[in-house]
Amino acid sequence: MKPLVDIQNLVKYFDLGGNLRVHAVDDISLSINPREIVGLVGESGSGKSTLGKTLLGLHDKTDGRVYYDGQMLPQRYQARDFRAMAPKMQMIFQDPYSSLNPRMTVGEIVGEGLRLRPELSANEVQDRVAYWLKLVGLSPEHRSRYPHEFSGGQRQRIGIARALILQPEFVVCDEPISALDVSVQAQVVNLLGELTEELGLTLLFIAHDLSMVRYISARMAVMYLGGLVEIGTSSEVFFDPKHPYTQTLISSNPEADPIHERNRQSTTIQGEIPSPVNVPAGCRFANRCPQAMPRCSTTTPALKPVPTASKDLQSQQLVACHLYD
Amino acid sequence: MSEPLLQVENLHVDFQTYGGVVQAVRGVSFDVIAGQTLAIVGESGCGKSVTVQSLMGLIPMPPGRIHQGSARLRGQDILVSKMIAGQDIRGSQISMIFQDPMTSLNPTMNVGSQIAETLEVHRGYSKSEAFARAIELLDMSKIPEAAKRAKQYPFEFSGGMLQRAMIAMAIACEPAILVADEPTTALDVTIQAQILDLLSDLQKETGMAIILITHDLGVVARMADEVMVMYAGQVVEKGSADDIFYRSGHPYTQGLRQAMPTNNKSTEAERTLESIDGSPPDLFNPPRGCAYHPRCPYSMQVCAKQVPSASKLGPSHQTQCWLHHDMAGPLPDGLVSVDGAAR
Repeated sequence: MKPLVDIQNLVKYFDLGGNLRVHAVDDISLSINPREIVGLVGESGSGKSTLGKTLLGLHDKTDGRVYYDGQMLPQRYQARDFRAMAPKMQMIFQDPYSSLNPRMTVGEIVGEGLRLRPELSANEVQDRVAYWLKLVGLSPEHRSRYPHEFSGGQRQRIGIARALILQPEFVVCDEPISALDVSVQAQVVNLLGELTEELGLTLLFIAHDLSMVRYISARMAVMYLGGLVEIGTSSEVFFDPKHPYTQTLISSNPEADPIHERNRQSTTIQGEIPSPVNVPAGCRFANRCPQAMPRCSTTTPALKPVPTASKDLQSQQLVACHLYD
Repeated sequence: MSEPLLQVENLHVDFQTYGGVVQAVRGVSFDVIAGQTLAIVGESGCGKSVTVQSLMGLIPMPPGRIHQGSARLRGQDILVSKMIAGQDIRGSQISMIFQDPMTSLNPTMNVGSQIAETLEVHRGYSKSEAFARAIELLDMSKIPEAAKRAKQYPFEFSGGMLQRAMIAMAIACEPAILVADEPTTALDVTIQAQILDLLSDLQKETGMAIILITHDLGVVARMADEVMVMYAGQVVEKGSADDIFYRSGHPYTQGLRQAMPTNNKSTEAERTLESIDGSPPDLFNPPRGCAYHPRCPYSMQVCAKQVPSASKLGPSHQTQCWLHHDMAGPLPDGLVSVDGAAR
């Protein structure tokens, strides 16, 4: 199958002046098939959101290429590139409080994207806004209200309607549920799931809630300090993690099951994610890794398929770790 | 069972606002036992934080008002007087850590002095003694190079380190109760695991009780001995962690559990997430009867009319739901009946 989004060796550095730069996204390759939901997990500061934003041209690319449906996207977006790509690629943001303009009515927020479709009359725009508000579980009467009149879950629905009104094929969901209560999280996740199914969307679902990512996505990618350390189907990565970092991440995830929690082996790793300014040589995880070997701090491991028992069967699960060389 | 350390009975807190009276806490009772962890669970706005803030005397009055109820720490009332034997209970008997460590510390003071201040105020330590003790406390909270870190300012700490510093400050006076209000919500899972481990270790060492406020059922399962589920300012169910997770008796508790994905490989047959439709009620004007009835899938006529009384489901397990009344029909799937059998 031809991937819808093909990321090849994408690099994004932020210059801090002097010789310092933040290695936010460092040489990431990932392809996303049409109608696939790929989850992206990692700690804060691992570069998940930067990757999502760079894909959409909200950051310029330092290096590497992104192909969308076979077409290479520009390294630096101009206004016309945004106009060309906005109907195809959209984003749902994390914070439903700060990502909606408080001075615009809900109708204006949701309908803003339709300015790219000048052939639509004002009435048609109104109709579409009403249709989308209904589709995300709000009422068309809500369009004349302002964002502050809505709860967090409702605001996130407004953000979803805004992203989907142009009927994009690909949507980056940047932590769309982390600001919401548990019961509302389930509402939003179910809504996203239904819409994805109905509209045939392709999603990059960024989150740090591992259980939720496993639940919603077919494949799961794990980032650490700007690099991809593991990728595979969600159940492979979740139930049979290969990379020591993924293993710690999964075992740190508390389960809503007291018996399971009482029998948990304590596997907390010491230390915190290092600064992405001075990225260590070799494997980035080496200084926290319980299984680090001498070569880990010298050579960077490449993302390779996990060796399988039978030679001719190639695993879908890729891992960047010297333990599997 | 030993005498509870803290007994809260029928607590009512409301706030006068221009829009009317917000009834934030409406008759909450619970006990805290030394050395144990009580988790208070519920959605935003259900009154979890107001409940513990009223114990700490952190409710601004006015507009707040504690108009009914009592809270006794080792038998002494703490709602009327904040002092026991000449000492402010806040900080010395009950201390608190907050959700956002970034905004809870003073950015203009170094971390060591902020911890030392607690000891100077409550324990009469001299400045230098207090600072030395602050370094020990940072070390107990597993902050590396504590002596150097004590002289640094909050902006030089990461989120996880700040939460450790907050914990060091909270345990400075060896409180009987540590209140942790969403202590790990702002942190990553790996750091969350470290902080939770630290809290359990400190609890084992000092024997303090912990009141843990959270909406993350995973954290509850990991930490709690006793659990209290709150909805719209009331307790809908309380019991041991096992009661709540394996024998829940209230549809809201069940709803919360089903709204989270389970990661059980054997039941991999994808269960869809059951969301709880609607949103929590407006506390200016809470619904009549059971507050949960507008969202409850099993709601009956009586639910909209009368507040359910408490049904005892086990020695320490009780819930407030009409479904457990003698005259209600058979219980829906997954809920546990008074005689303890899940039907």
